[in-house]
Amino acid sequence: MLDNQNMEEPAWVSKKKAKIGVYLFFIYLLFYAGFVCIGVVNYELLALIVYKGVNLAIIYGVGLILFAVILGVVYNYLCNKIEKQGVLGKEALNDI
Amino acid sequence: MIYSLSWPALLCFLLFAGIVIWLSFYFARKTNSSSSYYAAGGKIHWGVNGIAFAGDYLSAASFLGICGMIAVSGFDGFLYAIGFLAGWIVALFLIAEPFKRLGKFTFTDALNARFNSRAITLSASVSTLIISIFYLIPQMVGAGDLVTPLLGLPHWMGVVIVGLIVILIVASAGMTSTTYVQFLKGGLLIVLSIVLTFYTLNNGLSASPDFENKQYHKFLTLEPSVENGTVKEVEGWEVLEQKEINGRTFVALEKNNVERWFESVLGNDKHLLKEALSVTHEADGQTLYNGLEKEAGEFFQVGHLEKILKDGLEVEKTGSLGPLSFIAAIQQSEIVRFNLEKFQHNGRQVSIYYQETTAGSDFLLPGLKYKIGKDANWWSKLDFISLMMALFLGTAALPHILIRYYTVKSSKDARKSTILAIAAIGAFYLLTLYMGLGAAVNGVLDVESSNMAAPLLAKAFGTFLFSLISAVAFATVLGTVAGLIVASSGAIAHDFIDVYLKKNLSDSGKVKTGKIAAFVVGAISILLGIAFKGMNVSFLVGWAFAIAASANLPAILFLLFWDKTSEKGISISIIVGIVSSLLIILTSPTMWDRYGFNASDAIHHLENPALISFPLAVLAVYVFSILFPKKKLEAVKG
Repeated sequence: MLDNQNMEEPAWVSKKKAKIGVYLFFIYLLFYAGFVCIGVVNYELLALIVYKGVNLAIIYGVGLILFAVILGVVYNYLCNKIEKQGVLGKEALNDI
Repeated sequence: MIYSLSWPALLCFLLFAGIVIWLSFYFARKTNSSSSYYAAGGKIHWGVNGIAFAGDYLSAASFLGICGMIAVSGFDGFLYAIGFLAGWIVALFLIAEPFKRLGKFTFTDALNARFNSRAITLSASVSTLIISIFYLIPQMVGAGDLVTPLLGLPHWMGVVIVGLIVILIVASAGMTSTTYVQFLKGGLLIVLSIVLTFYTLNNGLSASPDFENKQYHKFLTLEPSVENGTVKEVEGWEVLEQKEINGRTFVALEKNNVERWFESVLGNDKHLLKEALSVTHEADGQTLYNGLEKEAGEFFQVGHLEKILKDGLEVEKTGSLGPLSFIAAIQQSEIVRFNLEKFQHNGRQVSIYYQETTAGSDFLLPGLKYKIGKDANWWSKLDFISLMMALFLGTAALPHILIRYYTVKSSKDARKSTILAIAAIGAFYLLTLYMGLGAAVNGVLDVESSNMAAPLLAKAFGTFLFSLISAVAFATVLGTVAGLIVASSGAIAHDFIDVYLKKNLSDSGKVKTGKIAAFVVGAISILLGIAFKGMNVSFLVGWAFAIAASANLPAILFLLFWDKTSEKGISISIIVGIVSSLLIILTSPTMWDRYGFNASDAIHHLENPALISFPLAVLAVYVFSILFPKKKLEAVKG
C-alpha cells in the first residue's frame, strides 16, 4: 500500500507543511493554555459577562471549539497552496 | 428510575442492527487481503473517513457522558467537550500527514517504520492493547446502561448483545464495514443532535417543565413545628425519624403507610421541609423507591428551574429562545439540582437525593465538580491542569484513531478527513452544551444515572425522537467498540503474533488470525463490561486518554520531529508512560476509596496522572535516545 501521491511530493513540500503545522499548533496551544491559566490563576474573570448576557467561560470555551475548526480550514488552504507549488515546480523540471 | 420496554425503540434498534449486520456481510465478500481487513485497503473516500472519524470518536463518553455531566455539573461537563476537541489540533497539525507516510496497518508499524525493532513491536502492541481495553470497558458498561431503559433488559444482556454484534461486524469484514458503520452512526448522531437542540431551544425554559406525555412532579415543601432543632409535628404526616448527615438534616415522614424523606432547611427565619427522593435497601433484601416498590412509579425524574429571569424580569415561561438568549436566561436563573447523601441505619442502606438550588451563574462556571475557585487547594488545581493536559494530548495518541489514517489513499486525504472530523465533532460538542443544559432544566434526569440525560430529554419531546436517539446511542457504542476491537486485533495478530513472534503468516493467515483475535478481545470485553457495571464511564475514558498521552504521544512526536530518536528511547518511553500513569491511577484517591480505605489518606491527591506521567515519558525518550543512539543503517525519512 504505497502512498503514491506522497512518493512524488518533493521533500521541501512536506517540510514546509510540517513547519506550518507546528506554527499553528503553538498558536492554538497558547489560546488553550490561556483558558486553563485563567481558570487556575484568576478564576473570577471567567464569570465576567462579555456578550449578550453570556459569561467569559462559555464564550472562551465555544471560541476554542470554533477556533480549532477555523485553524483547520486555514491549514488546509495553506497546504493546498504549497502542494500546488510543488506540482508546478515538478512540471517545470519535467519541461526542461 | 422506572424503565419499561419501549416497542418503537426496540424496532429502531433492530432496524439499525439489521442494517449494520447486512453491511458487514456485504463487505465481507470484498475482504480478501490483510490490507482490506486492517485498513480497508486504503480505499475509503476522505469524506466518508472524516465522518467515520467522528463516528469513531464520539463514543459513549461523548454522547452519554458529556451531556450527562453538563446536566449534573454544568460547565465542568463542557470542559470535557473543549478538551476532547482541542486534542484534534495535535492530531491534525502534528501527526496526521507525517504519520500517514510512516506506516501500513497499525500504530506499531508506523513507530517501527525506521527501526524494525522487536522491543518497539512488543511495547507498542502492549500499549495499544492496554489503552484499547481501558477504552472498551466504559463502552461496554455504557451499552449495558443503555439497554435497561431501551429494551427493558438487564445490564448484562446489553453488554452481551453489543459484544456479539460487534464481533460479527469485525470478524466478518474488518475495517471496511467498521468504517461504514461509523460513518452511518456519526452522521445520524449529528443530525439527531441538531433536531434535539432545535426542540430544546424552541421549547424554552419553564418553571414547571410539563410535557404532553409526561407531567413533572411537583416537589412538596412543608412547614413543620420544630423544637430545639427537632421536627416534632407536620400536618397530615407522621414524623418517623430525623438524621444529621454531613451538616444536613433529613427527616422521614409517613402518610398512608408510605415513607418519604425530606430535607429540613431554614428559609426566611422559619423551618421548611423540602421533598427529597430516596432509595432504601431494606434489611430483608427488598429495595424501595420513595418508600414503594419500583413498579409503583413513584420515583421521579428531576431537574427544574426555581426562578427564571428573562431580560431581568421574573417569568414563569420564556417561550422559544435563541442559542445565546437560552444561555443568558439560564445564567440569570436558579437551577434545582439533586445531590446525594448516603447512610446506614438499623440494617437499612438509605440513599437520599436532596434538592440543592444553584445560581445559574455558578452552574455556567467551572467548579461544581473540579474545584478551581477561591477555596480550592493546589491539589485540585493541579488535577484540573492534569485533566486538561490529558484530554489535549490523549486524542492524537489513541490507537483506534491513529489506524484511521491508513484507511485513506494519501496523506492529503488524511489531512482533509481530519479537518472534516474536527468540524463535525466541534459542531456536535457545541450541541452537547444545549442538550446537557436542556436535560438539566426540563425535569428529565434520572438521579441514579446521569448517562441517560440526552436520550431522556429526547423522550420528553416524543417517543419517536427517543427511539431514534436511543438506537443511534446504541450504535454509538457499536461503532466505537468495533473500531477498538479492530485496533486490538491488529495489535495481537499483526504486531505480536506475526511480527514479534516471527510467525511469517500468509496474507489469508493474517486475516484469519485477526478475526480470531477480534473474537477473543470481544469476549474479554463482554466479561469486563459485566464485571465493571456501575463504574463511571467518563472516569475510565479519562484514564484511557491519560495513558495514551503518556505512553504513545512522546514516542510519536519525537520520532516525527527529532532525528536522534532511537529505538531504545521509543520503547523505554512507552513503558515509562504506561507504568507511571498506571501507578498514579492505582494510588489515586478514587482508587483508595474503591479499595475500601479513606480517600483523604491516599499517598497523593492527583486523580489524573498526565501532569506527571507525560513529562516523565518525554524525559525517558530524550535521555534514552542520547544514552543508546540509533544504529546508522536506516535511511527512510518521514
